[in-house]
Amino acid sequence: MTPHILTRSLDRAATSFILIVAAVGVLIPLSNLLLPQGSIFQVPTYLVALWGKYVCYAILALSIDLIWGYCGILSLGHGAFFALGGYAMGMYLMRQIGSRGVYGNPILPDFMVFLNWDRLPWYWYGFDNFAFAALMVLLVPGLLAFCFGWLAFRSRVTGVYLSIITQAMTYALLLGFFRNDFGFGGNNGLTDFKDILGFNVQADGTRCALFLLSCLALLVSFLICRVVVTSKLGKVLIAVRDAESRTRFLGYRVESYKLFVFTLSACMAGVAGALYVPQVGIINPSEFAPGNSIEAVIWVAVGGRGTLVGAALGAVVVNYAKTLFTSGPLAPYWLFMLGALFILVTLLLPKGIVGTFNAWWEPWKAQRASADDISAAREDGISEPNPAE
Amino acid sequence: MNVMDTRATSAMLYLDGVHVSFDGFHAINNLSLMLAPGEMRAIIGPNGAGKTTMMDIITGKTKPDEGTVLFDGTVDLTRLDETRIAELGIGRKFQKPTVFESQTVQDNLLLALNVDHSVRGTLFWRGSKAESERIDNVLETIRLTGARNRLAGSLSHGQKQWLEIGMLLAQDPKVLLVDEPVAGMTDVETHLTAELLKQINRNHTIMVVEHDMTFVRELGVKVSCLHEGTVLAEGTIDQVSSNERVVEVYLGR
Repeated sequence: MTPHILTRSLDRAATSFILIVAAVGVLIPLSNLLLPQGSIFQVPTYLVALWGKYVCYAILALSIDLIWGYCGILSLGHGAFFALGGYAMGMYLMRQIGSRGVYGNPILPDFMVFLNWDRLPWYWYGFDNFAFAALMVLLVPGLLAFCFGWLAFRSRVTGVYLSIITQAMTYALLLGFFRNDFGFGGNNGLTDFKDILGFNVQADGTRCALFLLSCLALLVSFLICRVVVTSKLGKVLIAVRDAESRTRFLGYRVESYKLFVFTLSACMAGVAGALYVPQVGIINPSEFAPGNSIEAVIWVAVGGRGTLVGAALGAVVVNYAKTLFTSGPLAPYWLFMLGALFILVTLLLPKGIVGTFNAWWEPWKAQRASADDISAAREDGISEPNPAE
Repeated sequence: MNVMDTRATSAMLYLDGVHVSFDGFHAINNLSLMLAPGEMRAIIGPNGAGKTTMMDIITGKTKPDEGTVLFDGTVDLTRLDETRIAELGIGRKFQKPTVFESQTVQDNLLLALNVDHSVRGTLFWRGSKAESERIDNVLETIRLTGARNRLAGSLSHGQKQWLEIGMLLAQDPKVLLVDEPVAGMTDVETHLTAELLKQINRNHTIMVVEHDMTFVRELGVKVSCLHEGTVLAEGTIDQVSSNERVVEVYLGR
């Protein structure tokens, strides 16, 4: 009677999105590995890594859209969860360097030797194990989001106040990770990675595999988001977004719902960060910069808030533009362009790219549907109810 | 406050000696009111009489400074929050119609149904025949069957008011608190709303706050007049409207 949870979550746009991401995820690595160097169809390795980065950003954008677009929680500190996932992966990659570091210490990463530390801090234990590190990628951002959300949502901190404290959270982490004695490489962060699961991180094959995995992670995140937003829980989230106290008077525990999506979203952001780090080769405290989190919100606004597909699209489009413009003579003006883009989108396309497209498309679709409805109603002998105006 | 080990009262809603002040302003002053099970009560009173604040207290939005608020003779409502009170079976319609505008009429009712409201329950929710039948029934009662797939935001003002009453029906609470249900309605709509409330009253206790005297007269139920946060007069609409103090309050001193 009711469609299965997965089929329900796949409409036309969602299916097309999945097919496109899957195609890109397979074709780009294939072209890089199989076609001869110099062929016009061969995607060079640096582009594979660059697009891999975009895909990670798309996952981060999805995670923001899930809470902002559907539940009205505007987090301006989501970069923190992304960076924490990245650091967890970075710690694993640091431990894989082993004695190949500059100082040749088999246990301690270079920066610890440099700081004259004689043993590994306790919170670095276990990170030589990939499974443990992978677990931490989900657990650390998730746990932080859970504690933060538990306090904030229970105290009914909403709107701009919540946005401000999320900014404060990521800023506090930025300051913490900058300190050398914090034990995460200070200002320089973690870099000079060699291997991941025994494969050279610089090798074409590894790059392609990471790209494929990123696309896969994007698909899984997208599916999770779709299942959530098309379930009844999704309707409750929209209800909370539109009329929070009404939802409460219907008997929903609003804070539990917010906590659930906020934590889920933080875990997704963590995964995005973890896939990002081996592809860009470095993680440092600048990832915690409040500006990064705000930029991610702009991607979602540009692509279309509350559409999921739009969030991913916005992340890719804005970052592609960033790559394009910051490498040319216009580089010094990029931030102005980004600011202008945000203002223009807010003024001219308040629903973003996908939202605006839907606004054109939906009425046409609805017209067709209601034409069907009316003819069906006539057959049933039901007359149109009188409008109460 | 004494601990209730037996039913303190047979009333469905019982307010006694309730005080609330906001920054020194006494919004509710020694308010005492009782609603018998199955009763419908109309609450009238000039602006600022404390009608909405009283509903805020009953639904847990505002905590009283002192006084007793009991539901169903045993439950102390002053200790519970909005969600818990809603779960117990007190539903509320707001003064300004508050429906989920970006969702369909049908989904608004689905959200209001008194089924599992936990995160897990809604995530893995799958519709049942009983649920869709209940929604169909409510749609028919509130005359919105033809609009079931329309967005709630596109409804007329009167239809939104009805949808909100419909959400109360779907919630199926023991007590309905209805704040100004006919504000902004045409005469015909007002009449239909009175009929609707009478129909609902057959198996629910209702408290209606309303300014519209024609409407209150049409309901034909016991009326309490509130003034400066306390009950000024109680009785039939004729008794209350002929009460000298009530006339004085409405016309101004």
